[in-house]
Amino acid sequence: MTVMEQRSTRRTGRTAPPPAWQPRTDPAPLLPDAEPYRVLGTDAAAKADPELLRRLYAEVVRGRRYNAQATALTKQGRLAVYPSTTGQEAAEVAAALALEERDWLFPSYRDTLAAVARGLDPVQALTLLRGDWHTGYDPHEHRVAPLSTPLATQLPHAVGLAHAARLKGDDVVALAMVGDGGTSEGDFHEALNFAAVWQAPVVFLVQNNGYAISVPLAKQTAAPSLAHKAVGYGMPGRLVDGNDAVAMHEVLTEAVTHAREGGGPTLIEAVTYRMDAHTNADDATRYRTDDEVEAWRDHDPVLLLERVLTERGLIDEAGMQAVRDDAETMAAALRERMNADPVLDPMDLFTHVYAEQTSQLREQAEQLRAELEAEAEASEGGR
Amino acid sequence: MATVAPEQAAKPATKPATMAQALGRALRDAMAEDPSVHVLGEDVGTLGGVFRITDGLAKEFGDDRCTDTPLAEAGILGAAVGMAMYGLRPVVEMQFDAFGYPAFEQLVSHVAKMRNRTRGTMPLPITIRIPYGGGIGGVEHHSDSSEAYYMATPGLTVVTPATVADAYGLLRQSIASDDPVVFLEPKRLYWSKDTWNPESPATVEPIGTAVVRRPGTSATLITYGPSLTVCLEAAEAARAEGWDLEVVDLRSLVPFDDATVAASVRRTGRAVVVHESHGFGGPGGEIAARITERCFHHLEAPVLRVAGLDIPYPPPMLERHHLPGVDRVLDAVARLQWDQ
Ligand SMILES: Cc1ncc(C[n+]2csc(CCOP(=O)(O)OP(=O)(O)O)c2C)c(N)n1
Repeated sequence: MTVMEQRSTRRTGRTAPPPAWQPRTDPAPLLPDAEPYRVLGTDAAAKADPELLRRLYAEVVRGRRYNAQATALTKQGRLAVYPSTTGQEAAEVAAALALEERDWLFPSYRDTLAAVARGLDPVQALTLLRGDWHTGYDPHEHRVAPLSTPLATQLPHAVGLAHAARLKGDDVVALAMVGDGGTSEGDFHEALNFAAVWQAPVVFLVQNNGYAISVPLAKQTAAPSLAHKAVGYGMPGRLVDGNDAVAMHEVLTEAVTHAREGGGPTLIEAVTYRMDAHTNADDATRYRTDDEVEAWRDHDPVLLLERVLTERGLIDEAGMQAVRDDAETMAAALRERMNADPVLDPMDLFTHVYAEQTSQLREQAEQLRAELEAEAEASEGGR
Repeated sequence: MATVAPEQAAKPATKPATMAQALGRALRDAMAEDPSVHVLGEDVGTLGGVFRITDGLAKEFGDDRCTDTPLAEAGILGAAVGMAMYGLRPVVEMQFDAFGYPAFEQLVSHVAKMRNRTRGTMPLPITIRIPYGGGIGGVEHHSDSSEAYYMATPGLTVVTPATVADAYGLLRQSIASDDPVVFLEPKRLYWSKDTWNPESPATVEPIGTAVVRRPGTSATLITYGPSLTVCLEAAEAARAEGWDLEVVDLRSLVPFDDATVAASVRRTGRAVVVHESHGFGGPGGEIAARITERCFHHLEAPVLRVAGLDIPYPPPMLERHHLPGVDRVLDAVARLQWDQ
C-alpha cells in the first residue's frame, strides 16, 4: 500500500475535514527517468542535426583548450586559482547555447567557461580568479550574473530576476548553475521552492561531477538522484548525461522553452565527471583512484562528438584540425592578454562601496592617498 | 494594534499618528509614486504583516506588488537581489529581528557587496525592514537588537527612526536610495504617537544626519531608536540634579554622523552612549571610540556606555532588568565625575 492509498483508508466512522489546500501536482510526469538521457552512442545520434553537431564540437573543443590554458595560467602565477571544467565542457557549453540573448545566466565560481561560451571576454571573465576586481564585467552587458563563490546563493537571485522579468512582461529566462555539493545548501532548497511556487521562468542546472571538493555524492545526499529533488517542489526533474553535448543541448533547450512559455521551472541534473582536481590547490589522489578517472576517459565529451561526427562522415581529420587550430588561436590570444600585468588604482577601493561615499570612507580615502604619495616619494627618492 | 486604512491615514491635517501608520504610509506613497517598488515577505499581503505595517498594500497594488512569499528569509532576500538586478526596488520585510538571521548569508555576501564586486554596474536598491528590539514582552527570538551585526558589514546603510516623522521620512529615503538599506524599526515605538502632517512628512536631512533632539550643556546622551524616549525622559529627570543634558538621536548608524556627535560632545565635554543592544562588541563601543578619537582634548570624563546586559535576550518577565532605563542612564551621568 502506498502512502497515498493509506490516506483514503477509513479506520473510524469519521473522516478528517477536507484540507483547505488541494494537491496541485501529479508527481508522475515530474519524476526523472531512471537512466540519464543520452543521444550520443545511441540510435538517436544518427538523426542529430549535422550543423548542431559541428557547432557543439567546435565549442566543446574550444572549451577543452580554454580549460587547459587557464590551468596553465595558474602554474605561471597569472591566475590565483582556477576551478577547471575539463570533462564538463559539454554541460558548460550547452548552458550557454540554450539561452537567447535576452536571457540571463547565473554561474557558480566553476562556470567561467559557460560565461565565456556565452560571449563574455575571457580576460574579463577571469578577473575574479586572477585576484583582480571581483567581477571584471558589467553583468548587464551579456546578461551574466557575477560568478558566485558562496555555494548556491546565486540561485535565489536567478529566481528573483526571472520573476521580475515576468512581472514586467518580458519573456526572459534565467538559467542557474550549481554543483552537486551546492544542492545540500539551504539556498538551493529555498530557490527551488520559490521558483515552483511563483512558477518563475528558471532552469536549474546541477552539474553532478561526482565530488564536492573531496566529498562524493553518496555522502552528500540520500536521494535516488539529484533530479528527484524536483518532485518535492512540484517541478519536473530531468536526468541527463552531462558529457553528451547533444543530449544536454536538447534537454536544456526544452526546459528553457518550457519556462519561456509559462510552464515554470525545471531541475536538470547533468551526470558528468570532473577530470581535474577541484582546483590547482587540491590533491585529488587523496579521495579518488586513477582507475576511476581512467574509466571516464572513454566517455569524454570531445570523444563522444568526434565519434559520431566521423562515423557519420560529417568531419574529416582536416576538419578536426581546423577546429583545434581555432581553439589554439583563442588560447594563444588569452595567454598573451593574461601576460600583461593588470594595473589597479588603489583609490578605487573606495569608489564602489556606496553610491555616495560616506564621511568615514572619505576620511580613509584621504589617508590612503597620503600613504600612496609618501610611497611614491620614497621610491622616487630611492632612485 | 488598530489598523488604519491608507485613505484614513491620508487625511491632510496635522494629527496624531503612530509610527506604524507613518511606516505604512511611506510604503504606500513610495509604491504609488514608483511602479518599480515591490513589497515582499512573510504575511505582508492579506494579513498586512504581523505588525500591520503593510496593511492594505496588496489590496491597493495587487499581489504582484505586495507579495506573500514562502517562509524562507534567505529566499526572500535572495529573490529581492534578483529583482533588483532586473530594475525593481524591492522592499523586504523580515518578520522579527532574530528571523533575519537565516538571510545573513545573502545580506553579507551579496546584498552588501554587489555594487562593489561589479565595480558599480550592479547597484542593489533593496530596503530590508526589520522590526527590532525589546520592551514589548515578546518571547524568545522576538526582541533581539541586531544592529551591531549590520553595522559591522561594509556596504550596508543602517538606519533606525525614533519618531513618527522620521519613520516616514527615513523609509521614503531608504526606498529611494540606490544602495541596500537595513531599516530597523524599533518595535516598541510602533505605537508611539505624535502629531504629524502626512502631507509634508519627509525628513529633510539626508540619511547619515544625526539630530539634536534636546539641547543641553552638561553632557551629551547619544542614542537612537528605542532608547531615544528613555534618554529624553532621563534628560527631564536630570534637571532635578541640576544637569542640563543634550540628547543626540543618531537616526543613521551607517553612515555615522561624526560631525554632529563630535560637535555636541565638544560643547558639553561629557558623553554617554545609550542603547539596548548588548554592550560588549555592541554599537556603543564603536561610537565611544569615535568620540574619543575626535574629542579627547575636550572630554572631562571617559565616554560611558549604558547598554543592555551581555546576555542572550532575557525572558520577557525579566526584560526590564536588561533594558537600560532612566535610572541607569542617570547613574552613568552621575559617574561622569561631576565637578560643579
Ligand atoms: C557556502 C559555501 N561553503 C563552502 C564553500 C567552500 N567550497 C568551495 S567549492 C566547494 C565544493 C563544491 O562542490 P560542488 O557544489 O559539487 O561543485 P563543484 O566544485 O564540484 O563544481 C566548497 C565546499 C563555499 N564556496 N561556499
